[in-house]
Amino acid sequence: MDLRFGDSKPTDEERAAIDTLLGPPESSWEGADRSDADLRWARGGREARERRDLLLPGLHAVNDRIGWISEGALDYLCRRLTVPPAEAYGVATFYAMFSVKPRPATVLHVCTDLACAAAGASELCAGVEAGLGLGSGVSVERSPCLGLCERAPAALAIKAGDPVRTAVSAPATVERAVLAASSPDSAPEEPPAALAVPQAGDPSLMLLSRVGVVDPASLDDYRAQGGYTALRQAFAIGPAGVIREVTDAGLVGRGGAAFPTGRKWQATASQPDRPHYLVCNADESEPGTFKDRVVMEGDPYSLVESMTIAGYAVGAHKGYLYLRGEYPRALERMEHAIGQARARGLLGDDVLGQGYAFDIEIRRGAGAYICGEETALFNSIEGYRGEPRSKPPFPVEKGLFGKPTAENNVETLVNVLPILTMGAQAYAAIGTGRSTGPKLFCVSGSVDRPGIYELPFGATLGELLDLAGVRKRLRAVLLGGAAGGFVRPDELDIPLTFEGTREAGTTLGSGVVLAFDDTVPLPRLLLRIAEFFRDESCGQCVPCRVGTVRQEEALHRIVDRTGADAASDIALLREVGRAMKDASICGLGQTAWNAVESAIDRLGAYE
Amino acid sequence: MTLIPLGIPRRLLEFTIDGEPVRAPEGSTILDACRSVGKDVPTLCQGDTLAPKNACRVCVVEVEGSRTLVPACSRKAEADMQVLTDSERARHSRKIVLELLASSVDLSTTPEVAGWLKEYEAKPDRFGPDAARLNEEPKVDNDLYVRDYDKCILCYKCVDACGDQWQNTFAISVVGRGFDARIAVEHDAPLTDSACVYCGNCIEVCPTGALSFKSEFDMRAAGTWDEPAQTETTTVCAYCGVGCNLTLHVQDNEIVKVTSPHDNPVTHGNLCIKGRFGYQHVQNRD
Ligand SMILES: Cc1cc2nc3c(=O)[nH]c(=O)nc-3n(C[C@H](O)[C@H](O)[C@H](O)COP(=O)(O)O)c2cc1C
Ligand code: SF4
Ligand code: SF4
Ligand code: SF4
Ligand code: FES
Ligand code: FES
Repeated sequence: MDLRFGDSKPTDEERAAIDTLLGPPESSWEGADRSDADLRWARGGREARERRDLLLPGLHAVNDRIGWISEGALDYLCRRLTVPPAEAYGVATFYAMFSVKPRPATVLHVCTDLACAAAGASELCAGVEAGLGLGSGVSVERSPCLGLCERAPAALAIKAGDPVRTAVSAPATVERAVLAASSPDSAPEEPPAALAVPQAGDPSLMLLSRVGVVDPASLDDYRAQGGYTALRQAFAIGPAGVIREVTDAGLVGRGGAAFPTGRKWQATASQPDRPHYLVCNADESEPGTFKDRVVMEGDPYSLVESMTIAGYAVGAHKGYLYLRGEYPRALERMEHAIGQARARGLLGDDVLGQGYAFDIEIRRGAGAYICGEETALFNSIEGYRGEPRSKPPFPVEKGLFGKPTAENNVETLVNVLPILTMGAQAYAAIGTGRSTGPKLFCVSGSVDRPGIYELPFGATLGELLDLAGVRKRLRAVLLGGAAGGFVRPDELDIPLTFEGTREAGTTLGSGVVLAFDDTVPLPRLLLRIAEFFRDESCGQCVPCRVGTVRQEEALHRIVDRTGADAASDIALLREVGRAMKDASICGLGQTAWNAVESAIDRLGAYE
Repeated sequence: MTLIPLGIPRRLLEFTIDGEPVRAPEGSTILDACRSVGKDVPTLCQGDTLAPKNACRVCVVEVEGSRTLVPACSRKAEADMQVLTDSERARHSRKIVLELLASSVDLSTTPEVAGWLKEYEAKPDRFGPDAARLNEEPKVDNDLYVRDYDKCILCYKCVDACGDQWQNTFAISVVGRGFDARIAVEHDAPLTDSACVYCGNCIEVCPTGALSFKSEFDMRAAGTWDEPAQTETTTVCAYCGVGCNLTLHVQDNEIVKVTSPHDNPVTHGNLCIKGRFGYQHVQNRD
């Protein structure tokens, strides 16, 4: 590799931010001042190059401290890691939370996505911009879903510095959002995670049973509430036993694709290539989804324990928790929990004295929905652009760092705890034949009690909406998030199972249930969905990169039209949508047209 | 006698293409197999010496049992696969992909695409006059080559050629995301401020003419570029002893650009700045 670095130098602060992460540079080859010794030896870049995966943490370090990433900072980081500056620039410009242009130290992300739009996000944005005034030192950025939909409208303030400060305002008013942005330290604390669980305390809960009951900061409390019995059980039955239980329990993935978890683990465990990795997908950027956040905020040790079990089952000694960059409180709770577990021998070289080594490393995303796609997530961790890889080969064979990898959603993993404590049989008896166990639903929009609901698979959409207190004059329900589909108010008897929704021609996706009453203008909503996909497309393949743009343009043209006036554009949308579904590389492009299509077909959106 | 390394014999896979039985060595792509039986599948981003990126999706074919269409250029053939290269489904996607591309970038210098647009009855105009386009001005910032990203289909070939697959210089990368994604050097600087060593290997692989010799760019602007009138002569580069092959493209007795044969075992199409651009002395006739 023949690298050339520019002349721009980092400021002292930028250098300090990077050195705090990487340690001081050892020689001028790495960006230190030149010493006599440096003239006599040359160090190849291999060692540093193997740390390429520190590129994303390095970009975070600079962005956190300064608020944006300058040429000098990027070049210095590249020198330290032997990464070509052009590539690092490509990575830095991929993520929405980074800026390579100067901007104020404080950024206020105001959510303008579906639930927040319905709750008045555009007025909030306008109000905040007016309230802050010019030269406020705050940059207001319109953001996709912040995963706080139960408290819409939402805003997140991030103030660069050492340390970086964050404040969440939700439900946000103009005054509270302005306060969060102008002085994040004095903004009121967020309500406890349990407030997002309207059923909290209900004895029938399995996955959410501890949220609001357990102290999320206390490992002892977690153990007192039954924590770590599942891991003991796992050690008692061995890795093959765990995989057998998970398979017999019929657990399928909760991240959207509904792939059988036991099969994934078995396929990973049986690969001869080493090491194996476990990755927990906590990127959760699907608009309308916030369940993983609530689990991590309210019961963080349950995820640490279930990742340990999963790692043990697939033969991994290292687990990565890829955590969405917009979740400061979940990050803090998970960091704390992992630290405590490590200090107490529940992670590390000898977990529970059983001779099994396992540790968890957190990687923060930086604002890219596509990084939730499993292979894009690998690229993101490895320090490349978060672009999906083409499959085959599948992750179980060549995943993170090219090694066999099992990747699972947070909710999927925490299901392993009841499977091991109650046994596969008892677990499989919950729900329906092909959708077993409990399921988390993220209910928001036009309901009185938005939040996470836990129900056994098989409850109907109507039952769930009744629980949440659905408001009168329901116009439409979006199932499965932006990548899902709309259903009508007269279809509320759809059973909430994978097979039931499939039969009804829709999808359960990641468990989003967004209700809209008839005050919400449907064409605007569809436009927002199209805008979301256009913004979030990675840009790699033509059907998605250009198709999402053409889709949005057509929806703009017909936003105030119906019937014959809209017909030709709808025909165009259908043709483009069909090719996007058929020819895109990954699930983003393949599903980007689903919601709009369902709104046209099921809701008669433009009739 | 020249020894040609044969490698270990490969198993033959049997499967069908458009209902006809075919056999192809293990490891072949569907595209290889199609071409070996004389079936034509259009390709834009595929390159003969680069790992397929399968980004353009114009080569998609239908494979029995697969939920989506698959890119022929990168999907390996498997035993008993049933491939349809010209089904209504595949043709539909190809047509849309061609329309999407032609409506957003300038394909006037992309070989073969005009024919495909006709063949698939693509109508790029139907997205209306306001359809977003790249609308980039050509970047003319050095005397050797011009980057006209208005013609770029983001096939990633130049990035792969400049990076770990050919040149190992890593001067260019894809930056930004979605429709705003572009090829650029670090900090979006001019090429002259980048790591570029002007080997021109990126021009060699660019399928659309987005990257071109300054000589070609100027002649096109002046209306004097006349490809049919050009002759091509392959010779050995005289600068050093490596033995790279040069193909001189000559028009009116002047070298107008230099390429290199991809099947040459020494270079596989790679050259350095001297072989690629250092031809002025040949035509210095004073
Ligand atoms: C565009 C896109 C975004 C995704 N986002 C997420 C996500 O945020 N969280 C998640 O768990 N899975 C997400 N997925 C699904 C993952 O690719 C993968 O299927 C899942 O993490 C596997 O875990 P599971 O088997 O436990 O469901 C996404 C998929 C696509 C195509
Ligand atoms: S479908 Fe979209 S997000 Fe997925 S690889 Fe293609 S461009 Fe990227
Ligand atoms: S001329 Fe060579 S070094 Fe320069 S960008 Fe192209 S491939 Fe890279
Ligand atoms: S410049 Fe040419 S080679 Fe590079 S991505 Fe664009 S079309 Fe492909
Ligand atoms: S937080 Fe705004 S829509 Fe989810
Ligand atoms: S040629 Fe196959 S995807 Fe481009």
